Amino acid sequence: MAEARRRRLKVQAVIGTLPMIAVGVGVYIIGIAFTFYWSFTNSKLFPSYNFVGLEQYRRLWASDRWLIAVHNIWIFGGLLIAFNLVFGYLLAVFMDQRIRQEDLFRSIFLYPFAMSLIVTGLIWQWMLDPNLGIELTIHSLGWTSFHFSPLVDPDTAIYGLVLAGIWQGSGVTMAILLAGLRGIDAEIWKAAKVDGIPTWRAYLFIALPMIRGALATAFVLQCVGVVRVYDLIIAMTGGGPGISTSMPAVYVIEMITSSQNVGQGMAAAMMMLLPIIAVLAVGGVAMWRRNRRARAAA
Amino acid sequence: MTTGDATLTDAAAVTRWGVEPSGVKPRRFSPARLGIYGFLIISAAFFLIPLYVMVVTSLKTMPEIRLGHLFNLPQTWTFQPWIDAWLHACTGRDCFGLHPGFLNSLKITVPSVIVSIIIASINGYALSFWRYKGANIFFGLLVFGAFVPYQVVIYPLIIAAREAGLFSTLAAIIIVHTIFGMPILTLLFRNYYASVPVELFKAGRVDGAGFWQIFFRIMVPMSVPITTVAVILQVTGIWNDFLFGIVFAGRSNWPMTVQLNNIVNTTTGVREYNVNMAATILTAAVPLAVYFISGRWFVRGIAAGAVKG
Repeated sequence: MAEARRRRLKVQAVIGTLPMIAVGVGVYIIGIAFTFYWSFTNSKLFPSYNFVGLEQYRRLWASDRWLIAVHNIWIFGGLLIAFNLVFGYLLAVFMDQRIRQEDLFRSIFLYPFAMSLIVTGLIWQWMLDPNLGIELTIHSLGWTSFHFSPLVDPDTAIYGLVLAGIWQGSGVTMAILLAGLRGIDAEIWKAAKVDGIPTWRAYLFIALPMIRGALATAFVLQCVGVVRVYDLIIAMTGGGPGISTSMPAVYVIEMITSSQNVGQGMAAAMMMLLPIIAVLAVGGVAMWRRNRRARAAA
Repeated sequence: MTTGDATLTDAAAVTRWGVEPSGVKPRRFSPARLGIYGFLIISAAFFLIPLYVMVVTSLKTMPEIRLGHLFNLPQTWTFQPWIDAWLHACTGRDCFGLHPGFLNSLKITVPSVIVSIIIASINGYALSFWRYKGANIFFGLLVFGAFVPYQVVIYPLIIAAREAGLFSTLAAIIIVHTIFGMPILTLLFRNYYASVPVELFKAGRVDGAGFWQIFFRIMVPMSVPITTVAVILQVTGIWNDFLFGIVFAGRSNWPMTVQLNNIVNTTTGVREYNVNMAATILTAAVPLAVYFISGRWFVRGIAAGAVKG
């Protein structure tokens, strides 16, 4: 009796989580399987089942557009993550100095994160527009040789995107790292003071290693944001000038919409998934080994 | 409800708001203090100046904007750009301004937020108290999904929506938002319910309550704090979405972000910067309002969502 009742309740739980099962299996197994499969076909606008082997991957890595996109994501990602972590930590450290109006400063540093990346992209498109923004303003003040318009030059447009990314994302890093700093035991600070360690060294060599959890969180958040970056580019540069600021996420969408080259887009999408799987695998193995060691120690 | 509050701070332990700054205690006034405030104020200027420029420019006339004094207050104040942005700005041939997009965003955001939160809360509840065989495998899949770039699964979803006859409909975009909100929300609710004392659940079982009764009678009333965090997360996330809106919603349901981008980036002829900037501020208004009203809850949501399960 009790057994049957328990089983009936378990069935209720399964029914309750049907959407989760559907999404987990339907989207993240079957969906990825289809993407994987179509990446080996010559699908154009609609999926075809005409197998062409690795041809799409070969063509992908021979395409300038894709190579530029890959090159860009490394530059953009590397610079943005580095700047956001450094600037975010600096802001957090300065915020940690018993300042007045802490809430006000926090709101100011964080508000860009609440807005759409489309909005951020447009704002910075205008700020960096030589016919409207910072450059024109400085010129009108009399300094006519001043030059600051990264977006019009294919070589520098990517740095404009990085600037917008810093504006949008460094506040979040600050908030996460500040929370980490506030979690450090007050005794640690006292001990550092007794030992005569200067404040900046305490923040760099004592506090920083202690907040590695918060650092990891901020880092992962940034990485996910970088891989997904699409809206910002569309709003700010449209991938231009030319194709100079294209990125993998933009490339995939272009392939499955305007270029009508689904097979190629799917191959590119699989290339986007590859680093994620690699990182998750490394993380998974590390966790498994730690668990095993913990069990062995217990 | 005290248990609810206590568990929330547990779930979002990274954001210790109440705790005093723990840094070295400073002297009252010193060059160092000056440096600290100097750095913070310059940083604040970096974050605020673009918003300031947007607001003042949206209140200027076009001839004045062409003069190039970006930082000056308007010489002649005008609210016409705001009216134009709302009612008359053109996307292609249609000149109805942003208000259709605003209504579309409402029609997309409200049901998406409600549906995604209901589903995720049931998921989290089941994963915390009714772990059936295999449940954790599905949960693992969802967590994996949180890291998968949208581009990897977007085309299969387009084809699925087309096969189901839902492509370019409101239903499609609501389903898509529910799907992509599920990983993070399920994680949020699972962690929250995991910190609910199991005695409460057992007491319910002793009284003969089943899966749904315990959920609705015991868990839902306790879930106000975490639901608040989830609502903030979803409202801002869905309102700010661009990619899914442009791909799945269809032209007649395009959300505000898509219309804004069309108004600004596809205009032919003279660029009306004042109208464009007013339109941009209008698009950002809803998430900004949520942010400033919710304050600390907003960060709590980011942090709780970002923290590993």
